[in-house]
Amino acid sequence: MRLELQKRPERSALYALLSPFIAIALTVAFGAVLFAFLGKDPVEALYVYFISPLTSTWSLHELAVKAAPLILIGVGLSVCYLSSNWNIGAEGQLVMGAIVGSTLPIVFPDFQSPVVLPLMMIMGMAGGAAYGAIPAFLKTRFGTNEILTSLMLVYVAQLFVDWLVRGPWRNPEGFNFPESRTFHDYAILPEVLASGRTHYGAVFALVAVVALAILLSRTLKGFEIRIAGQAPRAGRFGGFSASRMTFFAFLLSGALAGLAGISEVSGAVQQLRPVVSPGYGFTAIIVAFLGRLNPIGVLFAGLLLGLSYLGGEEAQIVLGLSDKITRVFQGMLLFFVLACDTLILYRIRLVRTRGAVAVAGE
Amino acid sequence: MKSRIMGLALAAVFASVSGAQAADKLKACFVYVGSKTDGGWTQAHDIGRLEVEQALGDKVETQYVENIPEGADAERAIERFARSGCGIVFTTSFGFMDPTIKIAKKYPDVKFEHATGYKTAENVTSYNSRFYEGRYIIGQIAAKMSKTGVAGYIASFPIPEVVQGINAFLLGAQSVNPDFKLKVVWVNSWFDAGKEADAAKALIDQGVDILTQHTDSTAPMQLAAERGIHAFGQASDMIAAGPNTQLTAIVDTWGAYYIKRIEAVLDGTWQTQSSWDGLKDGILTMAAYTNMPDDVKAMAEATEAKIKSGELHPFAGPITKQDGTEWLKAGEVADDGTLLGMNFYVQGVDDKLPQ
Amino acid sequence: MDLAVAIIVTVVTAATPLLIAAIGELVVERSGVLNLGVEGMMVIGAVVAFATAQTTGDPYIGILGGIAAGAFLSLLFAVLTLTLVTNQVATGLALTLLGLGMSGAIGEGYVGIPGIKLQAIEIPLLSDIPFFGDILFKQDIIVYLSFALVAGVTWFLFRTRAGLTLRSVGDSQNSAHTLGIGVIRIRYLAVLFGGACAGLAGAQLSLAYTPQWVENMTAGRGWIALALVVFASWRPLRVIVGAYLFGAVTIGQLHAQALGFGIPSQFLSALPYLATMIVLVIISRDRRLTLVNTPASLGQPFVPDR
Repeated sequence: MRLELQKRPERSALYALLSPFIAIALTVAFGAVLFAFLGKDPVEALYVYFISPLTSTWSLHELAVKAAPLILIGVGLSVCYLSSNWNIGAEGQLVMGAIVGSTLPIVFPDFQSPVVLPLMMIMGMAGGAAYGAIPAFLKTRFGTNEILTSLMLVYVAQLFVDWLVRGPWRNPEGFNFPESRTFHDYAILPEVLASGRTHYGAVFALVAVVALAILLSRTLKGFEIRIAGQAPRAGRFGGFSASRMTFFAFLLSGALAGLAGISEVSGAVQQLRPVVSPGYGFTAIIVAFLGRLNPIGVLFAGLLLGLSYLGGEEAQIVLGLSDKITRVFQGMLLFFVLACDTLILYRIRLVRTRGAVAVAGE
Repeated sequence: MKSRIMGLALAAVFASVSGAQAADKLKACFVYVGSKTDGGWTQAHDIGRLEVEQALGDKVETQYVENIPEGADAERAIERFARSGCGIVFTTSFGFMDPTIKIAKKYPDVKFEHATGYKTAENVTSYNSRFYEGRYIIGQIAAKMSKTGVAGYIASFPIPEVVQGINAFLLGAQSVNPDFKLKVVWVNSWFDAGKEADAAKALIDQGVDILTQHTDSTAPMQLAAERGIHAFGQASDMIAAGPNTQLTAIVDTWGAYYIKRIEAVLDGTWQTQSSWDGLKDGILTMAAYTNMPDDVKAMAEATEAKIKSGELHPFAGPITKQDGTEWLKAGEVADDGTLLGMNFYVQGVDDKLPQ
Repeated sequence: MDLAVAIIVTVVTAATPLLIAAIGELVVERSGVLNLGVEGMMVIGAVVAFATAQTTGDPYIGILGGIAAGAFLSLLFAVLTLTLVTNQVATGLALTLLGLGMSGAIGEGYVGIPGIKLQAIEIPLLSDIPFFGDILFKQDIIVYLSFALVAGVTWFLFRTRAGLTLRSVGDSQNSAHTLGIGVIRIRYLAVLFGGACAGLAGAQLSLAYTPQWVENMTAGRGWIALALVVFASWRPLRVIVGAYLFGAVTIGQLHAQALGFGIPSQFLSALPYLATMIVLVIISRDRRLTLVNTPASLGQPFVPDR
């Protein structure tokens, strides 16, 4: 007996809806076994991971704070990957966005006016986009592989911000500790609701999801993006420029990553620190694919991943489950979600192993 | 039917979770930046937490979260503890300072203690350890033990605490040998065994015959053992990694402090303060002085005793800065404010600080 | 002279894990599969190698343990991406997450225990050659293996029928399938080989580089290995150049610091990344060459129609 996949004549709409639920069911089943094996009550453990973070206003806000940058970056990356531009350096673009956006409150702290905040957001996007433009330029001009360049630029950006906050941008009142001055009130991204910490970064994420969903499904640009990814030759015959698409994808995803960076700094942290992000730019790659490179899907994927982080912290405290178990559990969840998506395009069959003659004929 | 059973089960779970919180014990909670088994910084704090459990038994219950990145996640982790009924929350990384202050404002009834920062509030204490006192001692030992007169210093990040350490080490060494030299390599990481080993090799290859580190892995100790030179342990006793190599180690022993502070909460005597304890308070201890002649050992012990009694201050004048200007006149002792924000080298350090 | 030898020996140690992991991934990518989970396989290799060596007291069995662990994790990747045709990029990243988590859980009891260092093997006669003897012939077995791997992979890919088959699978999966080649089977083998190499690279970290186990001890080296494959434009000999260039700049910057040049250490730390990028840009200006070597089916899912 062995597994065999059979391609469906068309995408199964049924399984497109069902597969996430099958995946969650499988994760719950395997998770229960894992937790029982570790001597924990499986029902309690699963409750702590998936339900308890949803039971209070506070943790819902925290979920929004955690998921917003993942979603914002993830939708941008979706456009990149749909058009076959392999930007894996969103983390660096995020950092650069945070740096450029923070210039105003750090270098010009006396410039206090309501225009500061919008300017910061624009500068953050510009910074991320400009940093994203480097791999795009190298790819289109020299044919340099963008996977390598975008990744290397992440490390460079991280070291650059490290140098800035330890050197020239160090808080003059901060006893020479490695952090910038705290932002003045005009430079802080406000909270959306009075009930919690969700700041406008979450709104940006929602706007980006809607805008890109429309762009991809309703516009010629969306068509061009898909063509660039699926049939680049046809695209060229159709008069679409591959280099222009590369720049478009990198500038867009860079700008969104930059926006995520400056929103995080200005909304959640309110100063520039040596480490800007706990790897949002890398996690967002998983989010993009988990969401099937579809903006709405990315929205849910970002929330799901955010939930697992929150649940993981809760599990450490309530159950004493180590942080490593949480990461194993997350990995398992991702594997199931990815594997179940196979059902959308393929039927899975168990077939009898064919006779020895046929095998020899291979 | 099925969903109802599920619902009941969930309700039961919820009841048991909130039931646990109602117990009449002080909950002491710890937020860790790294993994509690990192063999370095966070592990030292976790050992302190376990000592609290041992010493105070059923008067206290401890909880922790590990691997909390600095930034938005830190604020969430701290608030999670504050709102779940912790009586005192220890936040054990410099980067947790501003989130701690912010959350403390929202939860005035909860006590907070932040490690290695400088901000305090009504209900926020800052605590730190005078690591530099140990550095002065090992500097003296290094100068006695080194044949080349050059030591290597594997440093993490240029923050005041690390700069204090470098200066104290060199001042200690110069008190024995005024011409003693120090080579510094920054690895830009607290914990990267490979990079620390590479830095150790680079330093040894350039002629240093004694190593000290302000990073947390035992890789430099192992390497020193392999190359047959001496080294000093950091944060924990690293004697296992170099039985014939380690001269001594500066061991972080937070437990003493944690017990003191939690007892204060239990007594109702807890007050905000800026506490900067040293060798005399037991917040750091020197591991056994080994692998050295008796006279060096006697010198180290004498220095340790003098620091404990207050007779000797590592930063006592006259001290000249790296650029040749005078920092402290004879008889002057550095004030804590200057030490806390130290961003200059003393004369003799072969390195430049980013300004 | 002695300093030069010492520096080069250090560079060899630093470059070896990168070289081994990259050469494994190169074979994987040549077969048309992109496995971004190198970091995860490497770290699991490191912890299992360490644990095995501690349990058995024999670092050589530890090496085998590391190889097996890396291969096991890559099997998981292969089942998902090849049998269930999941997205390779996402699966690889999830594999990294899983590997880091699992290694932390496995290694909890091994933190802080001094490990057993893999001893150098001096090759008779050759190790007496001045200069080169010290650099090349007084190394541990993993260093020798790394060179054997490069030679073996070069020979296999370009001199054997099986290698030709593997490359054709990577270049044009559909034509290969039409010719009756078992695309999936070959890719399974390639992925397993890649996993085994990543596991070996991990074993080098925990048994030779720094004989101990610490969490996340790979510290991003898996990513660098991935980048080096691209840097080498999928040619095995260039992987050596890349790995040693990266190693040399990494070690060089530490020496520059110890000499006290007074350049901010962050800039020096950024040098290896910048240098790799710049060299790649220079290489890739010859576009024809890059295109010839890039496996055309890289990362594309394959399901045989029956």
